Amino acid sequence: MKVGIYPGCSLTGSSRDYNQSVFALAEAFGFEFIQIPDWNCCGATAAHNLNKDLSLALPARILALAEKNGLEEIIVPCAACYSRLVVTQNELRKDPELKNRISEVIEMDYRGTSRILNVIEWIDKYIIGKLDDKIVNPFNHKVACYYGCLLVRPNKILNYDRAEDPQTMDVVMSKIGATPVDYPYKTECCGAGFSVSRTDIVSKLSGKIIEDAEHRGAEAIIVACPMCHSNLDMRRSDINKYWKTEFKIPVIFVTQAIGLAIGLSGEKVGLKRHFVEVKIS
Amino acid sequence: MSHSEHHQERNSLAYAIEHKVEVYAQKCYQCGKCSAGCPVADEMDLPPSMVMRLLQTENAENDDKILRSHSIWLCVTCEMCLSRCPMEIDIPSMMDFLRQKSRSEKKVNSKAKNIIRFHKSFLNSIRFTGRLFELGLIIDYKRQSLNMTQDIALAPKMISRGKLHLFPDMIKDKALMARIFKKTSNK
Repeated sequence: MKVGIYPGCSLTGSSRDYNQSVFALAEAFGFEFIQIPDWNCCGATAAHNLNKDLSLALPARILALAEKNGLEEIIVPCAACYSRLVVTQNELRKDPELKNRISEVIEMDYRGTSRILNVIEWIDKYIIGKLDDKIVNPFNHKVACYYGCLLVRPNKILNYDRAEDPQTMDVVMSKIGATPVDYPYKTECCGAGFSVSRTDIVSKLSGKIIEDAEHRGAEAIIVACPMCHSNLDMRRSDINKYWKTEFKIPVIFVTQAIGLAIGLSGEKVGLKRHFVEVKIS
Repeated sequence: MSHSEHHQERNSLAYAIEHKVEVYAQKCYQCGKCSAGCPVADEMDLPPSMVMRLLQTENAENDDKILRSHSIWLCVTCEMCLSRCPMEIDIPSMMDFLRQKSRSEKKVNSKAKNIIRFHKSFLNSIRFTGRLFELGLIIDYKRQSLNMTQDIALAPKMISRGKLHLFPDMIKDKALMARIFKKTSNK
């Protein structure tokens, strides 16, 4: 089956581990991903903070390229890119005049017809039904499913999972044998785009998320967003310094956990690239 | 819209927000859920519910206070305030508008300089290559912020894990990217 994918910038760089696991799952479940040709950055936090029109034009070009190449459905593994694409689609749908203006800016027709799926929606739609036959190594661990902000909010626009105490990732993890713990930090913010400019804020917020997961006896925090992962994993030494402690809990992408459960190696799903050692296999 | 009828002050910030982002500050009844749920409220000079209250006064001094605040830059757009607001006031979209207005009126809070430098370095990176070049972003940000030693230990660890490209990954239509930036320029 051919489905479009928008990897986004993180997946080609600091979140190569996530990328590896997404493509490994695709291969294992007989998927052929078609990358949106010549895709550009979605503009992320920077664009919508500084320049509204730019923050719409960049995602609009991505969506227009998908349309032009006949990709009706696109998977967006990065929660932040996913949010920017869905929000842009919604804004341009509401305001035809704005849509025409942005269409002129990107010098392409834009219809806004793409179906945009986040990684859990992709798993729900195409993978979960085939999991039972494939699981050879059940993921028998207690986990804290951490959704972060942009997978579930703005909830009225994304219309995906409930905004408080979402369940979709918990369901997927249960399906592969994990036991999700009750976890009130599920949708608290990790500090997001402040990773470099206000590392202190990221250390504080991410530290709370990690502390509570450990406190509840989780063996891993499960994520579906490269920004959450890099803050909780790559920033761990900053977080430990800030909290004057040694948090040890690993942070695993949901796609990596599924990969392990269907018998893929840790290396194949990118676990060797993490900063916090993953002893689970 | 009926909410506009409340306004006497056509040059107030609340009026501009209504017309540009369709957010009605007068709808807020100060329940405080936005400030209670905001992950960065304790760092803020004006927590979100306070920004809403100041807007309602339509007083020029209060408007100025908002545009000069650190808060508008500390907002991480986590969207928690909107999801919990009983009146569904889109505070995050309003914050985007306030940030841009604060910059265009040259009222940016000095404490927010590094946050803005980072955003600018980020956009500079994609302006020329179409995709984010993480190493380039960090170098440019260091040059702007003069935080030369920050994260110096991180780069080699990222490289050894294959997480940091030494060269940018460029899109083909770089000329269009340049035109998109030019046409949307808000200077």
